[in-house]
Amino acid sequence: MTVSIVLVSHSAAMARGLAELAGQMAPDVTLVPVGGLPDGGLGSALDDVTAALRTAATATGAVVVLADLGSSALTVESALELDDDLAASVALAPGPFVEGAVAAAVAAHGGSDVDGVVAAVRDAGRTFAGAAGQAVPDADGDGRPGPGGDGRPGPGGQDDVAVGGDGSVTTTATLRNPLGLHARPAALVSRKVAELGASVLVDGVDASSVLQLMALGATQGRELTITVSGEGAAGAAKVLAEMIGSGFGEV
Amino acid sequence: MTLDADWAERWIRRTADAVVDRRDELTELDREIGDGDHGENLVRGFRAVVAKLDARRAEAEEPGASPRLVGDVLKLTATTLMSTVGGASGPLYGTAFLRAAKVTGHPEIDTRTIVAMLESALDGITARGKAEPGEKTMVDAWTPAVDAAERAAGEGDEADALRAAAAAADAGSTATIPLVATKGRASYLGERSAGHEDPGARSTALLLAAAVEALGEENA
Repeated sequence: MTVSIVLVSHSAAMARGLAELAGQMAPDVTLVPVGGLPDGGLGSALDDVTAALRTAATATGAVVVLADLGSSALTVESALELDDDLAASVALAPGPFVEGAVAAAVAAHGGSDVDGVVAAVRDAGRTFAGAAGQAVPDADGDGRPGPGGDGRPGPGGQDDVAVGGDGSVTTTATLRNPLGLHARPAALVSRKVAELGASVLVDGVDASSVLQLMALGATQGRELTITVSGEGAAGAAKVLAEMIGSGFGEV
Repeated sequence: MTLDADWAERWIRRTADAVVDRRDELTELDREIGDGDHGENLVRGFRAVVAKLDARRAEAEEPGASPRLVGDVLKLTATTLMSTVGGASGPLYGTAFLRAAKVTGHPEIDTRTIVAMLESALDGITARGKAEPGEKTMVDAWTPAVDAAERAAGEGDEADALRAAAAAADAGSTATIPLVATKGRASYLGERSAGHEDPGARSTALLLAAAVEALGEENA
């Protein structure tokens, strides 16, 4: 069962804009934006929030909610206190509103259950901290954050496949599209990872997380190292390397 | 003396009058340390409640209408505030009235029930807002109000309990002035929030003062 997502903001425009942004990365997920007061002002209206939660619950039966400042979350909690049926199918996920919504949408698109989607929102908070300059992964193991090497585009495709002692498969692929691993291609990769059901690291970060992929800041010409473990690792590594090497339809 | 639905209705109507009269003061307090909409939000919310009470009164005059309870008035207040206030005080006061309604859904409202009503309201606010005393929120008015009502209930009647609660809420609100906010919108200001009274604590004091005024001249 797919999880649907409700986005509650003080501002109707913010909720709508965020649904548009997250929806671009997860086109099959039901995203219900709600926000503002009936007169168009800023705030939270219980009736509107309740209606949005019911719409989402009717669509899929399992709902994860993200809320922005103070009264948005309080209003969601009030709606759940007033309606036990709704409370049974709705989980309020604490986390950063924008990054959390994107992570939630991609996780739901990949078939995560409610717990998985809530965890994606929570983890988005950590990635957010990393994006602020605290935890940039040392992806290439050269002791410096970010890409290493000589800066020249390496060979594309999956020519160099290495099988590790633990059965994991490592290959490389070069980013060819001009904008690198930005939001849309990152979402394509993490959705493919979810679809393959494999455990995948791309330059050392968890490739099921669209936010961690984006935080790599990988630009055109960077050679990405793909490490896949678990059943069907070789096939999954090949699929992902081809996907990255294809330029995501942007070349 | 027992408190009935007419008292509860007078209480809510007087609260509506009070927030209209003090709208500018509440808005000014909130403008200093919050987003400046507390007065407007409460006026909008309580006006909506009064409109619902008016409509209900018209229905109640029809033959066969069921007798009303304090809990009925408080539940109507709760759901209307949640729907119309717009800011954080909507779900906070809404949950307070919702929990208060759950313990006042019977005709015998005695001193013990009044104390339970105030305790339930505070429990609801704490459950929703997760604030603790000393964080410069409405909890700093509600907590001493509940304590004072419990003490007064040992020797007095429900009017004594309400009067003690209102006086303690007023003092508790004033005591928020030197505090540094650590919950709610004012917490973004950090140290700069000291020196300002918390608007939610002040509106709590107005609400409980209205409950006393609603007792009627002979009891107040």
